[in-house]
Amino acid sequence: MQRLKAGEVNLGTSIMAVQFDKGVVIGADSRTTTGSYIANRVTDKLTQVHDRVYCCRSGSAADTQAVADIVHYYLQMYTQQSGIPPPVHSAATLFQKLCYENKDSLSAGIIVAGWDKEAGPSVYNIPLGGGLFRQPWAIGGSGSTYVYGYCDATYKEGWGEAETVEFVKNTLSLAMSRDGSSGGVIRMAVITEEGVQRLFVPGNELPRFWEGKEVIGVDQEKQSQPQAQQMEVEV
Amino acid sequence: MTSIGTGYDLSASTYSPDGRIFQVEYAGKAVENSGTAIGLRVKDGVVLAVEKLVHSKLLVPEANRRIQTIDRHIGMATAGLLADGRHLANRARDEAQNLRDTYRTPPTLKGVADRLGLYVQAYTLYSSVRPFGISSILGAVDKDGPVLYVIEPSGIFYGYHGAAVGKGRQLAKTELEKLKLSELTTREAVMEAARIIYLVHDDAKDKEFELEMSWIGDETQGRHLAVPDDLKKEAEQKAKDALEQFED
Amino acid sequence: MDHFPTNWGRPRNDAVDAYNTYPLHSRPVHHDSFADGVQRTQQPIVTGTSVLAIRYKDGVMMAADTLASYGSLARFKDVTRLHAVGDYTILGAGGDMSDFQYLKSVLNDLIIDEFTQADGHALGPSEIFEVLSGIMYGRRSKFNPLWNSLLVGGFKDGKSFLAYVDLLGTTYKDNAIATGYGAYIALPLLREIMDAKGPENISEEEARSMLTESMKVLFYRDARSLNKFQIGKITATGVEISDAISVPTEWAFAEKIRGYGAQTQ
Repeated sequence: MQRLKAGEVNLGTSIMAVQFDKGVVIGADSRTTTGSYIANRVTDKLTQVHDRVYCCRSGSAADTQAVADIVHYYLQMYTQQSGIPPPVHSAATLFQKLCYENKDSLSAGIIVAGWDKEAGPSVYNIPLGGGLFRQPWAIGGSGSTYVYGYCDATYKEGWGEAETVEFVKNTLSLAMSRDGSSGGVIRMAVITEEGVQRLFVPGNELPRFWEGKEVIGVDQEKQSQPQAQQMEVEV
Repeated sequence: MTSIGTGYDLSASTYSPDGRIFQVEYAGKAVENSGTAIGLRVKDGVVLAVEKLVHSKLLVPEANRRIQTIDRHIGMATAGLLADGRHLANRARDEAQNLRDTYRTPPTLKGVADRLGLYVQAYTLYSSVRPFGISSILGAVDKDGPVLYVIEPSGIFYGYHGAAVGKGRQLAKTELEKLKLSELTTREAVMEAARIIYLVHDDAKDKEFELEMSWIGDETQGRHLAVPDDLKKEAEQKAKDALEQFED
Repeated sequence: MDHFPTNWGRPRNDAVDAYNTYPLHSRPVHHDSFADGVQRTQQPIVTGTSVLAIRYKDGVMMAADTLASYGSLARFKDVTRLHAVGDYTILGAGGDMSDFQYLKSVLNDLIIDEFTQADGHALGPSEIFEVLSGIMYGRRSKFNPLWNSLLVGGFKDGKSFLAYVDLLGTTYKDNAIATGYGAYIALPLLREIMDAKGPENISEEEARSMLTESMKVLFYRDARSLNKFQIGKITATGVEISDAISVPTEWAFAEKIRGYGAQTQ
């Protein structure tokens, strides 16, 4: 199935949300591409739909912006009518309905996260087909496929804010380094009862991990020409 | 009734010179002539009870119920025109389902009452319709705990600890005020509700009546259900005993 | 009507477009309305694999693992695919999980509609199955199917019920049914016992071991499965859906295997 429409701008993305005891940390890279051209290198994919509810958008920029705008409108109506801020679950349900009922024409993978009085912090994942899944942590976008193993191995329940921010930052950095469609800067936000705090990691200060062997210049290479070594054979 | 013959009472879309809508007030009369309905919001649940006047011995017992179920956790008792009550209950079910489908969570009673209030109010605006001849007591246990609302023919609605509408409302309200509603259990409230209905029933004017009772609480797993037969019998017996003592 | 003469085919004489009035690049692309159809049938995205169910002495027992896959990615590992509908029925689903969630909410509305009637009638498994198969067939007839294979199991008024319906609206009943890979791998195992004994001679314990064993074999051979599953049962006492369980597996024999033929070391 062709997911993107011809000429469409793609958020070939790395996005993430993690719940901790007092709130949630959400994060995203900042790259938007049309094919292999970077249409925007400083995109903000963290979109506020209410005071304490955000979404991380992946897929078509146009589709996810339209969906987020509609949900934003519904949540304002909800607040006016019920007199209380919407629970994160309600916001996620609205996203889910739009994504499910228009699955044939949308390419949108959205993570909804935030804080509310009833459930405290919560994270919901709404992948392509329009299903709704609550998770303690969620990753999405093309970059996420490279870091499932890292997340499974690293995530622990019971973290505080600092550890959670560190986890999000490292995961996104790893995803961005392996996924050509992700990159730029890391944008994060910490959502708690008290409020929303934005965090930023510039593209030249990303956490760094193994980046391949040292590449040695031609001159030195000649001097230290290594003898061919036999590969070890498994016994 | 000073309004009769003035011509200002013929349509819900006409004000009287002093700013009243007589059709709405007449709808209130339809409620006042009906058998009493009460609602008790207590510590851990809600109880609804209705004095259903039986105007013919030929009627099948327990037919024409005046307490209806709106959603798993929401009940509604009406006083006034029975058919209006059934129509409003259907509307309430649609609204509850719509809220449930939109937010994928059991609707709050406030949300349902809010929408029903708007609906009832719309019937006070047009000359082509007549206002609802009912007051509805809505009870539920939702995420905010036990809740109770009354919607009047004008479309206005208030939240209550205890509510009474229909013929015997004055006496019933006095009795409700004597209770420490927020300290009662739902089971105790069933006893009180039965007692109040038996007390306010005036068998000089209306001979036969059926007690109709429902409850929502921990004992029903949060569902709106009819009070089980054995408990209802016990409550009725106690009510009758209390009444005899009262009369002595 | 196409008003561009150049699109009418080769002119018979110079009276029409003698001087190539419409250069090639500005000619409208000839569009044949019948060349490409409209694609309405979607494809499943987040999917669950097999569901197994058997009738036994006390009712019906059903099993499904808790994995929701995203292609070959094991994306959600804690999803419940067994769902209680009312007090007498379990619905088990394979296929698209968003469609399953939609069906759950439709059935929930149905159960509430029935409850609010307060007429002493509750929907049993056969009624729910009838509604469900109507929905499934209706949707496939609009070329917009709900992409699921579903098992409906239940017990009401002393009778157990087990039936299948899928995205095409195909339905059937049997004493043992399995969807997806289960139909190839687990069903022969289940039928071997079912055909020999009949449902009335299978105890709860035996039913459980039949399903557990089948789930183990499916874990061995279905690349979209997970060794973490739930067992649901419907009996006279009502619906029960277990917590996730896993089954011990056997791999030790692999240690001695060398090469793929004559190799010994």
